[in-house]
Amino acid sequence: MKLELGYIQIKDIQFSKECKVDNGTLYVDPDAVKAYLYEDDDVKAWVKDFGFDIAKPGESVRITPVKDVIEPRVKVEGPGGVFPGVISKVETVGSGKTHVLRGMAVVTAGKIVGFQEGIIDMSGPGAEYTPFSKLNNLVVVAEPNEGYQDHKHEYEHAVRIAGLRAATYIGELGRSVTPDETAEFETYGIKEGLEKLPNLPRVAYVHMLQSQGLLHDTYVYGVDAKRSLTTILCPTETMDGAIISGNCVSACDKNTTYHHQNNPVVANLFAAHGKTLNYVCNIITNENVYLADKQRSSDWTAKLCRLLDLDGALVSQEGFGNPDTDLIMNCKKIELQGVKTVIITDEYAGQDGKSQSLADADPLADAVVTGGNANEVIILPKMDKVIGTLDYVDVIAGGHAGSLRPDGTIEAELQVITGATNEMGFNRLSAR
Amino acid sequence: MSYKVVHYINQFFANIGGEEMAHVAPELREGFVGPGMALNTAWKGEAEITATIVCGDSYFAEHEADAKEKVLAWVKEQKPDMFIAGPAFNAGRYGYACATIANAVQEELGIPVLTGMYEENPGADLKNKVLIVATANSAAGMRKAAPVMAKLALKIMKGEKIGASAEEGYMPNGIRRNFFEKEVGAKRAVDMLIAKLSDKPFTTEYPMPSFDRVAPNKAVKDLSKATIALCTSGGIVPKGNPDHIESSSASHYGEYSIAGVDDLTAETYETAHGGYDPVYANADADRVLPVDILREMEREGKIGKLHDFFYTTVGNGTSVANAKKFAAEYAQKLLQAGVHAVIMTST
Amino acid sequence: MVKEIERAGIPVVHMCTVTPISMTVGANRIVPTIAIPHPLGNPALSLEEEKAIRRKLVERALEALTTEVDDQTIFEV
Repeated sequence: MKLELGYIQIKDIQFSKECKVDNGTLYVDPDAVKAYLYEDDDVKAWVKDFGFDIAKPGESVRITPVKDVIEPRVKVEGPGGVFPGVISKVETVGSGKTHVLRGMAVVTAGKIVGFQEGIIDMSGPGAEYTPFSKLNNLVVVAEPNEGYQDHKHEYEHAVRIAGLRAATYIGELGRSVTPDETAEFETYGIKEGLEKLPNLPRVAYVHMLQSQGLLHDTYVYGVDAKRSLTTILCPTETMDGAIISGNCVSACDKNTTYHHQNNPVVANLFAAHGKTLNYVCNIITNENVYLADKQRSSDWTAKLCRLLDLDGALVSQEGFGNPDTDLIMNCKKIELQGVKTVIITDEYAGQDGKSQSLADADPLADAVVTGGNANEVIILPKMDKVIGTLDYVDVIAGGHAGSLRPDGTIEAELQVITGATNEMGFNRLSAR
Repeated sequence: MSYKVVHYINQFFANIGGEEMAHVAPELREGFVGPGMALNTAWKGEAEITATIVCGDSYFAEHEADAKEKVLAWVKEQKPDMFIAGPAFNAGRYGYACATIANAVQEELGIPVLTGMYEENPGADLKNKVLIVATANSAAGMRKAAPVMAKLALKIMKGEKIGASAEEGYMPNGIRRNFFEKEVGAKRAVDMLIAKLSDKPFTTEYPMPSFDRVAPNKAVKDLSKATIALCTSGGIVPKGNPDHIESSSASHYGEYSIAGVDDLTAETYETAHGGYDPVYANADADRVLPVDILREMEREGKIGKLHDFFYTTVGNGTSVANAKKFAAEYAQKLLQAGVHAVIMTST
Repeated sequence: MVKEIERAGIPVVHMCTVTPISMTVGANRIVPTIAIPHPLGNPALSLEEEKAIRRKLVERALEALTTEVDDQTIFEV
């Protein structure tokens, strides 16, 4: 399957009476976007109002609580549309041409009590830890209807859909824009790959999806990942939004939809594809809460690795705690099939860094890349402007009572920062 | 004003002598001695070695309490800003002394300490207690080690926050610290996988916590019916070292018959070990491998039998991986031969 | 090395001078010896005296081998 991505570099976002992309600037009319969001019945039912704001790199701006980050994309050629099974109809994506509004994102935020959401600082020390401080962000702040607290799942669904719809609307503006740069991505069928790259090691990406339920969910073509068995995906499918985040787990190591669209493991395996390895496919597997599910899913992961005659597998995790067991089970079982693994995780070594970093361990996990210790404490300075609200800083994962100090600074663990210790290896942060 | 440092080195680096002088008792000298110069140079006057303590490696190992007491008293008197030991490279007893004395200075005097050695030096077992800079496995690594140790030491004396082990050059000490790598995690992971697939070396960023303890086996019930085997890392070999076991960093082990041998004598056996004074073992190898006593006990019926073969290698500088491989291999031979228990001696 | 023998299922006693190293490498039955160059001897003594000491140390080692232990144990002489 071959996909061409056409990158349209967005250097600025401005509110305007019309919506368009012109010479690297996105002009957006908030009312038009809002009207499009409200065309969805669930959004109508649960969201009282939307506010819109723009946050640019280097500004003294803090966005919190952040729910999801999404990159606007539009399918311009080939089957299907973006976010298949959720926004577009279910049809296999990952081939043809897709335009990408690069350098920007749609960020959903707002009063989302009880969700484990994060902080994006656009400048200062916190900005160094989140990749989203480098983007021009169109922030969609949702305000819930009364009574949403008893219907968190419905509300989460509504905000999730709203974010995806906003990104779809913006992405559509890039349909007829000539991209600044294009790139092609192609993986081969099994036999084709063997013929074309006979001497290169066969490698797959084992992509673990958070699926613990209770608002810790990921969707694949609209299917809740916890109800799915381990299966195979073409790497290009994720670029068209086949996997989306419905995830309200700790901000630092949850994979936002943006992470799925721009999966760095996929990008780096493609960079090595045909040179030092043969990138065969992605294997997606879940992180469920039952031991039987964990056993079944990791058995299947290992089985697929064997069936595909892989030489190596790169495993990425999402979240921490009991998913560490999924990670280790996957790693161990794949290794026992004679397939060499590297795993990417992050650490919870305590604020002093002295505790055991993972909840599980196995000697076969001898090649580990870490996204850093999420417990490390950081002081975030006061920002001139807050998009969203500071009301939840003390309660989001990684915060504590008193995290928000009287002078407006925040003392919290890195955990609170969206994407800080990402386990797809999105960042340079590490630990030793 | 520059910071004051007390430096600890062994007899070899103080130019007193090698193994034959390893017995020398600790002494205090003014200023720097030997490798201390490299540290002083690197500090460019910001810090200075004001006193050096020299101690023989065997002396330290055999009179640890006494050596510690003397060294601690001197360091206390000197009131330095920092105590630095070594670097010891792959010298096992020197490394053990460096780490042990540094730990004592840190714990009992509350003075910050730093040492340096090769990762597989037994002294490195204290790396979670004492800050240890990882060095090459021979003194040839001094040129590289000195600036790393000097820089880290200065940072500590200035009270600056120290970075992650990978940045600063110290051995991972169980305290995880964040830092920014040059490449993103996914790129590092792909590179690591390619290295692993092509059997090239790679370094995991998070070594799995080690639970490697083997539970003790059941005791021997009846010694009078038991076959006991002798093994040693003290390098005892038949005279002339027929298999050329290296005196350091051994690449193999020896398997020798002692069937019918009552006593190891200067004419028949010697040691191949290069890490300790060989005079005593060469004069009477029973001092390392007690064949004479076990033969006696065999005759008395105290033990069933002394196994016909003994296994030997040189512990000195031998990598843990190699030592492990050797022992795992000959343990199977012992098992097949029906050996009931093993006495392993080390020097 | 001791650990590999233990792992193979054979009880083993480690006779060595620097017992802390023996502890960290994971020996379970440990008998402290005299000195590094001559763990089982003492050249300062007469041959008879030396042999008596060696015998005592070996006896202690055999005692260790016939004693059940749950954890790492140093059998002081």
